[in-house]
Order: sequence, then C-alpha cells, then structure tokens
Amino acid sequence: MTKSRPQALKPRTQLPKSPTGIQGLDEITGGGLPKGRPTLICGGAGCGKTLLAMEFLVRGATQFNEPGVFVAFEENAKDLTKNVASLGFDLKDLISRKKIVVDFVYVGDGALEATGEFNLDGLFIRLEHAIDAIGAKRVVLDTIETLFSGLPNPLILRAELRRLFRWLKDKGVTAIITGERGEATLTRQGLEEYVSDCVIVLDHRVSDQVSSRRLRVVKYRGSTHGTNEYPFLIDEDGISVLPVTSLGLQQIASTARIPTGVARLDSMLGGAGYYRGSSVLVSGTAGTGKTSLAAHFVAAACRRGERALYFAFEESPSQIMRNMRSIGIDLEQWVQKGLLRFQANRPTFAGLEMHLTTIHKAIKAFEPQVVVVDPLTSFISGGNETEVKAMVMRLVDLLKISQVTSLFTSLSLSGAALEQTQVAIASLVDTWLLLRDIEIGGERNRGMYILKSRGMAHSNQIREFLLTDYGVELRDVYVGPSGVLTGSARLVQEAQEQAALMTRNQEVERRQIELERKRTTLEAQIVALRAEFAVQEIASMKIIGQEQAENAQLAQERTDMGLSRKADATPNKQKGGSK
Amino acid sequence: MTTDPTMPATPKAKPDRPARVGTARKAKPDTYILRLYVAGQTPKSIAALANLKKICEEHLAGRYQIQVVDLLENPQLARGDQILAIPTLVRKLPLPVRKIIGDLSNTERVLIGLDLLPRE
Repeated sequence: MTKSRPQALKPRTQLPKSPTGIQGLDEITGGGLPKGRPTLICGGAGCGKTLLAMEFLVRGATQFNEPGVFVAFEENAKDLTKNVASLGFDLKDLISRKKIVVDFVYVGDGALEATGEFNLDGLFIRLEHAIDAIGAKRVVLDTIETLFSGLPNPLILRAELRRLFRWLKDKGVTAIITGERGEATLTRQGLEEYVSDCVIVLDHRVSDQVSSRRLRVVKYRGSTHGTNEYPFLIDEDGISVLPVTSLGLQQIASTARIPTGVARLDSMLGGAGYYRGSSVLVSGTAGTGKTSLAAHFVAAACRRGERALYFAFEESPSQIMRNMRSIGIDLEQWVQKGLLRFQANRPTFAGLEMHLTTIHKAIKAFEPQVVVVDPLTSFISGGNETEVKAMVMRLVDLLKISQVTSLFTSLSLSGAALEQTQVAIASLVDTWLLLRDIEIGGERNRGMYILKSRGMAHSNQIREFLLTDYGVELRDVYVGPSGVLTGSARLVQEAQEQAALMTRNQEVERRQIELERKRTTLEAQIVALRAEFAVQEIASMKIIGQEQAENAQLAQERTDMGLSRKADATPNKQKGGSK
Repeated sequence: MTTDPTMPATPKAKPDRPARVGTARKAKPDTYILRLYVAGQTPKSIAALANLKKICEEHLAGRYQIQVVDLLENPQLARGDQILAIPTLVRKLPLPVRKIIGDLSNTERVLIGLDLLPRE
C-alpha cells in the first residue's frame, strides 16, 4: 500500500530491530527485539527464560555477527554450558572464539554485612569490561532480581537498576533482562517499571495433564507486534515459536490438480482430482476405509516423485504399511526411497500446541507436497473442541501457505449425524468426502459421496466403495424404486436386470426371425403368382394371335369368293352399266 | 591493585599480585589481610578507606594489611572476588573470606563483619 502512494504517506521509520534468530519470534515481533534497548523477559520457573536469552545470544554470535555477554546470576558458566549443549549450542567453542562471554556473578547468600551506602559500580565495571573485551552488541542479565536476595537495601538496588538499564541503553547494546513472575506484577521486583521498551511474558501451563509453553509480547514500544499467546517448543534445535494464528488469508489458490490415487474418484471430482494446496477431509464411521483412501493418495503422490508426510495418531507406521499391503498398496518402497515419511505419535504424548509445533517443524524439515493427518479426531479429549478447532485452523492455514495438499481423516461416531464432524472443521476444508456404511439385507457395505468440493464440478452420486486386493474401487450403486442397493443386494439386482435384458433380447430376435420368415413366404408367393401370370399371358397371346389370323382368313375368303362370282367385280361399273 | 596514597600508615601491597598475600600470611600468621575494592576516587571510597583505617588502628593495630583495588584501573579483578557493590571490603585472611559492603560508616557492623565482634 505504501508503495503505491509514496507521496501521500510518509515512509514509515521502522524502529531498528535486532533479529533473535529464534524461529517464529522474529515474525511476531516484526523483526526482532528493539535494537540497543533492554527487553524484559519474565515468567515462572522452568518456562524457558534462560534458554530464550541464551539462544538470542548464540544466534546473534553465530548468525548475525553480534557477540554477546551473558551475565549469569544463578548458574555458573560450567552448568550453563552443559545445559545449553542439549540444545545444540557449543558455548565452549563460542567462548574460546571470543564470540560470547559468560560472566557468573555470585551474589552470595545474604551473609554480607552492609555498613552504609554503596552502589553497583562493581557490576557496571565487570559488564563494561566484558562488553569491551569482545565488542559485544548483545547482553543478557539472567536473572538480575537475584540481586535483591543477596544484597541489602532494596532502595539503593532499585536506583542502581534504573541506572543500569539507562547505562545499557547508552552503551547501545541490545539487552535481555529476565525476571521471575511475581504475584500481581509481571516480575517479583517490578522490573517492568524500568524496562519499558519491550516486555515478553513466558508461561508454562498444564491443562488436561498436558503442559504447553506459551509466549506473549505484552508490550513493544514503537512497533506493532502480534498480541496473541503463541505456543512455543524447546527441543534439540532450540526454541521455536509458532505464530500460526498471525497468518492471514492471503494464500495463493493454485489451479493445478492433483490425482486422488483412485481413478474413479478423480472422475467424480471433475475428472482431475483435488486442487493442489487444498485441504481434504475424509470423514466416516469406523472401518469405512478412511486410511485406505489416505494411503492411495500418498502412494499416488510418491509415484509421481513427490514427498509425502504421514502423521499417524492411532496406528504405528508398520501397522499401516502391513494393512495397506493387504489391499495392494505397497507403502514400504516409498519409505525406503525417502519419499514417504511417517510420524507416529499418540495424541496424548503432548499438548495440542506441541503437536502443532512438531507438525510445523516436520513440514519445514521434510518439505512435503502432500500431508496426511490420520485421524484428526483423536485429538479430542473432553471439551477441548474449540482448541482443537483452533489448532486445525492454524494447521490448515500453515499447509495452505506452503502449498501442501492435505488430507485429514475424521472418525464420526455411529449414531451421530454424519454430516457433523467431531471437530467442526467442515467449513475449513475445501473438499469433503463422506464415507458411510449402508445396511441392507443383513449386510454392511461402504458408500462414498462428495459432500462438497469447492471450486469444481463434482459428482453428486453415491458410489459403492469396495476394498479389493488391488485397492479401493468405486462402483455405481443401484438406485431404484426400492432405494439404494449395495453389496449382494446390488449383485442380485444386477443379475435380475441381466436376466430381464436377456429375455428382451431373445424376444427381439424371435420377432426378427418371424419377420424374415414372413418375407420369405410372401416373396415365394409373389414368384409363383408371377409364373402363373406369365403362363396365362402366353396362352392369351396365343388366342389373340389365332383370332387375328382367323379374321384375316375370313376377309381373304370373302374377297376370293367375290372374285370367283365375278358379279359385280367393281360396284361402280355395276351402277353405271345399269342406266 | 593500588594503595591509597592518602593513607601513609598502610603497609603497601603491590598491584596485581594477589600471590603476595600468601607470602604475607606466612610471615605473620595472625595478620588480617583486608582488600578494599573501589571505583575511582569517589567520596564514598575515600570515606570507606578512612573509616577502615580508623577501625583497624583501633582494633587490629599492628596486625593488618590493607590493599586497595581500584576497579577502574583493573576491571578484571572484579571477577575474582565476585565484586558487585562498591565499595566492598573483603577479608581475605584469616579464612573464611568475609565481605562487607558500603562506606563502612557503621563501626559496629564492620566489626561484626570482620568477626571481631560476635554476631547476635
């Protein structure tokens, strides 16, 4: 927007920021922590303050060429090095390369005698010495509130802290100050009064016996920032914050299509399958073939040479592979070729956010074109539907933005309305395939239809869904006066129809033969009549000839007779002579 | 490490040489080695040193050594004794190490801090 109207809007002067390099945090803060200013990070015990601060320093030193000083008030350098080694940070190496200085400040156990006024020049001098030694641009004070337990006279301490933060600003270093969460205040000693540029709160919460860590930017002076609570994860790669809810709806919709793996289903979906980057929901009651459909989809993707990621929450990878082999889908070959990766976890293994984050990370690492989540419904455990929905929404967003085609399976409980998925996510997905069982004649058969498929013409018919040795097959169901027939009822009906057809065919044949026979008969009669006529004609012609001959004979005879009598040879002479 | 020139009676310690403290201890086993950390010649440091001298003369006459460390000149020394507050008085000897912070204006508390008076 600013680009289109450069004259009308003054170019925004963005606050200079110092990137943290922490996955997701830079997105929330719009580029990092305020450069050259102190940032307060507070939270309860064990919520990851020290790690966040340490990662800020390590990333700064390794990625942004900004050396850093870590002033540890609680742990000594040795313990700290050990602790962060589990996150893959080689602190020892960074220290020896003069990228990081760790200064352990032992505050003491309060057994100090205080006799009159003092200041914290000792700390200032140490800090300055450390900063100057490596030309540090980043400083972490972890946790400075320890001073209050070790040193007497809080009044002096407060004044000195105020001076310290101002001094840090003057020094131009980007600082992180950590603080323990207090009862009513953000930190026990109210540090937020002194550090007012940026305040980030970390939280560690347990709900349904599953704990999750969250991060929130409470305040960021002079900058916009995401205000939500973002879940974050600490694992072997450090911290990753998941700012998925900050995503908007700006995904690019692809017009490319991607086959479903079942040819008949492709033709039901306008002949070409799903849209690339769309989300597909396959819902149905137990045993209706959701996983089989997913396996088809995955196998088809791998056959095209695409990568597929399969998140299994109820079956182990080997179980899925065995089961799919029974319907003729060999998934193992794709796993061996590295095109298919399974990630199997119990839903209860972690909180929703943690799952989302692991999914996010796995997608980032593997970069699949196709993702299957099987089944989505296993996340629901007592009244957390809204959370699940929020999670699914974020997941769908994430997948769409990475142009990943996703297939979710969802188990509907029998008895419940089929159109009502357990997680009300129907509105989020683009294509919804409904698998249902149809009970007729003491049989249970599978039926499938497309409930919706955005942006494409799709079949509105129910298909019978068969699991054969060669995979999923879709058949037309019999729809007649007695309703929808499937299974053997359909077979019977088909046989009956076959018989009826045969009868009809025979009837036609019979009539044709009869017609032919009639024609032959008539033609024979015609020939006979013609022959008869010919005979009669000849006879008649003969008589006519005789009679003509006889007539001629008579005339001749009369002439001859007159001549012989000579009586009046010429009538004219006779007339004249008698006068 | 520097010795405050305004205090002539103090036995001098050479700068940057904590090892010398050990030598001194061997020579006089019951000597109090006291190290005062300051940052420049501020009124507070001057007052602290003056107070310290007075107390030592009164209670430890003849068996004490005062070393004054100016952290502005030797900032790296702050780490060794874990100095945060200025001024800080460290009793290096006799062991255990004791620390007293402030300008030493309260004689009684200084004496308690140096274990010259029993703690209540």
